[in-house]
Amino acid sequence: MRVAFTLNGREVEAEVEPNTLLVALLREGFGLTGTHVGCDTGQCGACTVHLDGRAVKSCLILAAQADGRSVLTIEGVAEGGTLHPLQAAFRDRHALQCGFCTPGMVMSGLDLVAHLDSPDEAAIRHGLDGNLCRCTGYRPIVEAIAQTIGEKG
Amino acid sequence: MFPFDYLRPQSVAEAVCAHDGEERRYLAGGQSLLAALKLRLAQPSALIDIARLPELAGIHAEAGRLVVGAAVPHAQLAARSTIPALAQLAGSIGDLQVRNMGTLGGALANADPASDHAAGVLGLGAEIRTDRRVIAAADFFLGMFETALEPGELIVSVSYPLPRRASYAKVRNPASGYPVVGVLVAETDDGIRVAVTGAASCPFRLTEFEMALAGDFSPAALEGLTVPVDDLSRDLHASAEYRAALIPVLARRALAQGGGE
Ligand SMILES: Cc1cc2nc3c(=O)[nH]c(=O)nc-3n(C[C@H](O)[C@H](O)[C@H](O)COP(=O)(O)OP(=O)(O)OC[C@H]3O[C@@H](n4cnc5c(N)ncnc54)[C@H](O)[C@@H]3O)c2cc1C
Ligand code: FES
Ligand code: FES
Repeated sequence: MRVAFTLNGREVEAEVEPNTLLVALLREGFGLTGTHVGCDTGQCGACTVHLDGRAVKSCLILAAQADGRSVLTIEGVAEGGTLHPLQAAFRDRHALQCGFCTPGMVMSGLDLVAHLDSPDEAAIRHGLDGNLCRCTGYRPIVEAIAQTIGEKG
Repeated sequence: MFPFDYLRPQSVAEAVCAHDGEERRYLAGGQSLLAALKLRLAQPSALIDIARLPELAGIHAEAGRLVVGAAVPHAQLAARSTIPALAQLAGSIGDLQVRNMGTLGGALANADPASDHAAGVLGLGAEIRTDRRVIAAADFFLGMFETALEPGELIVSVSYPLPRRASYAKVRNPASGYPVVGVLVAETDDGIRVAVTGAASCPFRLTEFEMALAGDFSPAALEGLTVPVDDLSRDLHASAEYRAALIPVLARRALAQGGGE
């Protein structure tokens, strides 16, 4: 079947099987390998992307479900080579070590930056429940998101 | 996943028509169904995507009730429910990404024994409106992953009577967010309701607790009440004894938290 959607601001089309997962289309079809697969069972959050502006797990979504909608991956977050403030905050605060979880952390973090009014630590931690990191111990990640929420107008 | 066809009908009537029997499955958020398909627990010939049907969208007020579309995601309910206990319940489900995709109708139809929404519909005395009839929450859950829905019956919306006050408390499984036990207490126009999820194969009400709260809607009224262990589940997350111990604790916590100020 054919799917057409907006991917990182561009209109794209692809031929997929009805049981193709969105993450497979992104990685194998479009070569966007920044979206990682950690578990493939919906537990780790490494595959998080935005669907119509909300963080979702692309290993638990069919490519067909994205048809006609808008998808943002980690590759679409920086604009013209300039890091998004949240990405810059991750870098400044050493909020990553091996980097495997980082694309998913940033995509969930962006949802929180957009939807939380204040940098409340408990709310940020609750919002990161679906993202696992085996390296950093979470504190710098939470701080980077809190800083970015604090800086938004 | 086994291969299947994907259909996206434009209306409830088309969706129900496309569901020509047991082999096809509705797809809402896919947060439970896709996981089941990956495990090859089901082999539907087609998935019928109902997530974007306009009749299943939106939250609106009706005289003394809140009507929530079956395809409303948990996150939207958490942000927009005018029943605070329901917003709190929806906001406690799984994680951010699951709340953004997973829907009320999908959670009810799936009938996981630890579904948060099961406590919500039973505790608030909601009605489940389908393409063909209205089912009272009390008649909806028949067993573990088993509901009163007929093959091809589609949940369209859920209608909650507005409670005078209500509150939900749960002990989360730290890995999934599912309740090990969840308790909703409510004072409604029809009386006190206490509903429990996660503790047995189906959600259930605790009439003894409800009677004790009828005169005094406060944590103190539950002093000394216990729950029999016999029918409670035991699994790797908790023993039946632990679940029995949690129920009164969570009921008191829900009352203290705002259900019974
Ligand atoms: C990591 C993770 C954590 C989770 N944690 C929790 C939790 O803490 N608490 C909790 O309660 N749940 C939890 N869930 C489950 C989550 O709430 C699911 O979203 C929900 O159970 C199913 O909703 P869905 O919209 O994704 O349905 P789907 O997966 O699309 O469908 C589920 C079933 O319902 C049927 N169906 C869907 N919509 C309808 C309808 N309108 N009418 C008739 N049948 C329909 C489908 O055919 C299918 O059989 C979790 C899930 C995941 C992946
Ligand atoms: S790969 Fe999707 S949640 Fe782990
Ligand atoms: S930085 Fe290594 S898993 Fe998070």
